[in-house]
Amino acid sequence: MNARRKKRLVLASTLVVGVAVVASLLLYALNSNLNLFYTPSEIVNGKVDTGVKPKVGDRIRIGGMVTEGSLVRDPKSLHISFAVHDAAGGQVTVTYDDLLPDLFREGQGVVAQGVLVGPGQLEATEVLAKHDENYMPPEVAAAMGQDHQKMQYTEEQKAGG
Amino acid sequence: MWKWLHPYAEPQRAYRLAGKFIPWLSILAILMLLTGTTWGMVFSPTDYQQGDSYRIIFVHVPAASMSMSAYIGMAIAAFIGLVWQIKLADWMAASIAPIGAVITFIALVTGSTWGKPMWGTWWVWDARLTSELVLLFLYLGVISLYASFEDKVLAARAAGILSIVGVINIPIIKYSVDWWNSLHQGSIKMTGKTAMPPDMLVPLVINILGFGVMIGALSLIRFRSEILARNGMRPWVRELALAEGAK
Repeated sequence: MNARRKKRLVLASTLVVGVAVVASLLLYALNSNLNLFYTPSEIVNGKVDTGVKPKVGDRIRIGGMVTEGSLVRDPKSLHISFAVHDAAGGQVTVTYDDLLPDLFREGQGVVAQGVLVGPGQLEATEVLAKHDENYMPPEVAAAMGQDHQKMQYTEEQKAGG
Repeated sequence: MWKWLHPYAEPQRAYRLAGKFIPWLSILAILMLLTGTTWGMVFSPTDYQQGDSYRIIFVHVPAASMSMSAYIGMAIAAFIGLVWQIKLADWMAASIAPIGAVITFIALVTGSTWGKPMWGTWWVWDARLTSELVLLFLYLGVISLYASFEDKVLAARAAGILSIVGVINIPIIKYSVDWWNSLHQGSIKMTGKTAMPPDMLVPLVINILGFGVMIGALSLIRFRSEILARNGMRPWVRELALAEGAK
């Protein structure tokens, strides 16, 4: 390899390494700001690395699992309330007043955006379903004891919404 | 050690060699994509949660995964072009860029159409979606840089530096769903206890490879045109043009 090529090789490699270092530092500094949502535990106890805790009145997103048996629906309107928890034990109550995505159900992932109206109380303006990467045929899911019941709405609820 | 490669760095030989590969790669790509897509769309079982909607995975995942592979290919070509100043490598990088951009666009559009019925939204600014959008912008940047200089040696250098710098985005896309919490689900598990069932995984892998071969074939077609465009004044190109009936 002649000297000029070697020089270009060193320059190009330095460029790659330099950009990688800068990007790593940048991402490290930004780290938890790149998260899409707060987990329920972070709302209760604050973020693990920075201790930042959302205040009442903040507009935030929370993500976690819909707690089984926590779903309360108003029979006359679309108003709904449910609890969202995570593995670390935090729990937040979410209220919402609109149609939910098809995949929404108890025991499954959800990302809700809204205003924190009280400690552990979120008034959501948008509820999105988060699904995992475990795709399987219905028979397999049934054998594993997982099944999926779609949300049903009565005529009255649709009219009231 | 690399001496045997040198004759292929000559445009005319590269042009001919690429011409020999194109039909085989095209046939292989068509066969793989037909098999993978038919299998996935018709014969694979439905998903227990998403029903038939999940089938867009057979286009979305191959496009997304190959948009990253194509970028790596382009960046390697650009690196070789920059360091060893092999023009053919520069032309190869320039040929891959628009194809990569289209594949990235397909990944974004299919992802969006999948997101609306399943998540409940077309778009959310989470790490995975945003970094894939940045990939599209990187491709567009490389394309426009290469197009904006009359002097193609200079153009290739500028575009090459951008593609090399942009490589840093690839691990960010890949690991975004592990490093940060996002609406986007994690990567498909190929092995292990919770691996995707073979009835879904095999057609998916066939389509991923099929997309790769297709990108290869399309890149070679563009590569050949790029060689002709850059060598328009050479006698062999003129002879070729005359033989094809140009006036």
